[in-house]
Amino acid sequence: MKEKLAKAWHDVFEGVGFDYGLPIDISTHGSAIDSLIGTLHYFMALLFIGWGIYLVYCLIKFRERPGHKADISPKNYSIPKYLEIGIVIFEACLLVFFSYPVWAKLKTDFPDRASSLVVRITAEQFAWNIHYPGRDGKFGKTNIDLIDGTNPVGLDREDPDAKDDIVSINQFNVPVGKPVIVELGAKDVIHGFFLPTARVKHDAIPGMVFPLWFETKETGEFQIACAQLCGVGHYRMVGYFNVKTQEEFDNWLLEEEKALTEGE
Amino acid sequence: MAHHEMPFWKKYIFSTDHKVIGLQYGITATFFLLFGFFLMILMRWQLAYPGAEIPLIGKALTETGAMTPELYNALGAMHGTIMIFLGVVPMGVGAFGNYLVPLQVGACDMAFPKLNMMSYWVYFVGGVIMMASFLMPGGAAASGWTSYPPLSVISNNAQTVWLISMVFLITSSLLGSVNTIVTAIQLKAKGQNFMRWPIHVWAQVTTAFLLLLAFPPLEAAAVLQLADRVFGSSFFLPSGLVVSGEKWAAAGGGNPLLWQHLFWFLAHPEVYVLILPAVGVVCEIVTANARKPLYGYKTMVYSILFLGFMSFIVWAHHMFMTGMGVTLSSFFQATTMIISIPSVIILTTILLTLWGASIRFSVPMLFATAFLPMFAIGGLTGLPLGLTASDIHLHDTYYVIGHFHYVVAPGTLFALMGGVYYWYPKFSGRKMNETLGKIHFWTSFVAINFVFMPMFFMGSKGVSRRMYDQTVYTHGAATQSWNVVMSTAAFVLLFAQIPFIYNMFTAWKTGKKVENDNPWDATTLEWAASSPPPHENFPTPVEVYRDPYSYSPTTGKVLPQFAPQEG
Repeated sequence: MKEKLAKAWHDVFEGVGFDYGLPIDISTHGSAIDSLIGTLHYFMALLFIGWGIYLVYCLIKFRERPGHKADISPKNYSIPKYLEIGIVIFEACLLVFFSYPVWAKLKTDFPDRASSLVVRITAEQFAWNIHYPGRDGKFGKTNIDLIDGTNPVGLDREDPDAKDDIVSINQFNVPVGKPVIVELGAKDVIHGFFLPTARVKHDAIPGMVFPLWFETKETGEFQIACAQLCGVGHYRMVGYFNVKTQEEFDNWLLEEEKALTEGE
Repeated sequence: MAHHEMPFWKKYIFSTDHKVIGLQYGITATFFLLFGFFLMILMRWQLAYPGAEIPLIGKALTETGAMTPELYNALGAMHGTIMIFLGVVPMGVGAFGNYLVPLQVGACDMAFPKLNMMSYWVYFVGGVIMMASFLMPGGAAASGWTSYPPLSVISNNAQTVWLISMVFLITSSLLGSVNTIVTAIQLKAKGQNFMRWPIHVWAQVTTAFLLLLAFPPLEAAAVLQLADRVFGSSFFLPSGLVVSGEKWAAAGGGNPLLWQHLFWFLAHPEVYVLILPAVGVVCEIVTANARKPLYGYKTMVYSILFLGFMSFIVWAHHMFMTGMGVTLSSFFQATTMIISIPSVIILTTILLTLWGASIRFSVPMLFATAFLPMFAIGGLTGLPLGLTASDIHLHDTYYVIGHFHYVVAPGTLFALMGGVYYWYPKFSGRKMNETLGKIHFWTSFVAINFVFMPMFFMGSKGVSRRMYDQTVYTHGAATQSWNVVMSTAAFVLLFAQIPFIYNMFTAWKTGKKVENDNPWDATTLEWAASSPPPHENFPTPVEVYRDPYSYSPTTGKVLPQFAPQEG
């Protein structure tokens, strides 16, 4: 116990572990989200500081003291009305010009499937199963009766479309600069598929499959986090989100294919 | 009159007097608030020092003496449940509503005194059942206070106990809310009309309507989930569930999202159930201590009503990440932005009341003043969560935790603590100690901001909520030291409550006696009764002569509602 406390306080005094602000963003759509978050926080800070100055001024200026009396005459100020109208207009602008377009783009403006990497991600307690359709671009049939320790998504290897399918656990490899379409599902409970560095988040809900898409612009090794409480292992449901160059990605696919044929 | 010969158990235990029941609610809720806080202290230890043995009581909790993920999840679910359903709501609605609404409208008691007693005892039984769930094999319910299926349906048996307890708690709230509404509307004293109600009464009545209309869907949902768990039905279970590699033995065909809709249809209005009584309390404290009328009484009333109405049509903003399309999300984003308008008006109205005031910095006023900026932080940080685009990144992170804790802890709870200091003379005829009160206020105010402010930094980095040990993630490790700061501040905050609890109990017998029945020189009707008020409150019927916050235009002196004329 003592070592753990000592280490924690050592970090505090060294100033380690005090990160703040948004994580880096490697997605093409993320900057719109970040600028909305940024704009909102400037607006919030402005309002809060304005109110704060007013409040502190009141508390000092109108404190109870000998010779000071409250002004009880009825008042009707117009400034708050203008402030309120200003806030309404600002919020309406945020809705119409920032939030609606981003959401509409993400929900309806899907990239062409033929030119994208399409993967199925099936969450379970406490892992991410990533199912690639392989070279033929077609997902093989799956059947929950086939699920076992070596076949986490229940892929039917008898199906011709399934021959070249690749299933990886917790390793989500994508090529940089290519749109990725994820078909998100879950086997047991609700999980939250979260790529903090790509500004992607969506609940994975059993019994439903949700399509979502994103595109990366930088390579690197990142993580998949679980956002939704999914049981005792929720905290350690880490996946690895590796953005590779197209060449590295192709090599990885080749290796996986080789492993498939050797396994037969 | 018969009540003079009432035996002890009838006068103080199974009482039908709204004041006794109010105090029963207050004491029970105080216990639960402290208990819920204590659960969080255990979790905060784990978050600051992951895996380190818990001092003193660790060995009693787990074999190794260190926190386990199972226990952590159970504590998290119970912290949320206890704080909301057994702590803050019974305090705001049960204690303050019960004690003050009849007095403020000039009634002798609640409209249905026996129903009132039943409401408290049903709550009490619900609380006992909830506490008993800690003794279940495998520990207490561990699916979060939101209890999302399928996790809640496939989890340990304590979840069944949780659901049964919730049915009791909801029933209690429904009984209480009917009573409040009927009392406030039907038992008004002569001359007391709607537009002469103190804001606190408006807040409590609106809250009662929210409880009455929003709780039944959750009660129904809790029964359905109970059926899923106990009778093997599948209201919330889809077909084809595979749990730990095994097919789950249930028919399927249900939908987990159905629960979320039913749950949030209650749980969003519930947020306003937590806030509105606090807003009412703050209005009473601020007007009495600013020594001037409330600015824009009517605006305030209409804002509260509008807020109550809007709170029913924003619930799905908790569900933006569950596959919501463009149309539905546009509607809920728009309503969410609209609901911020009455909130801003309420805050602005209280702030404008301070302009030209003569502010008396009594302890209740310190808490009421602190409520304003804290509630503002809580409200403003709701904006990025209410817009889908920014919610993508912030949803289910510590940012959310920071947001609603700013609303409920330094917001609602500060207001309610201020309310305890303010109405203590009404409850007991004595004042609480000022010095202890100031120590309590300043230490709590500083500590609580160190607890909740870093949550925004962690959340914007992307740290998910409800995690036993965030250092598993790179972004979690990069923000881990905030946890040490937050936990230390939480321990300080716990100690800061000692003067308050001590003060609350000792002042009952040894506090300074008030010189008259209206020690704060306030204007509203509860101060017309003696302090403490006798059984049935007003020996002779009171009459109301004017608006709730009146001052003489000629002398500037206070003009209570119940004073026939100046002077």
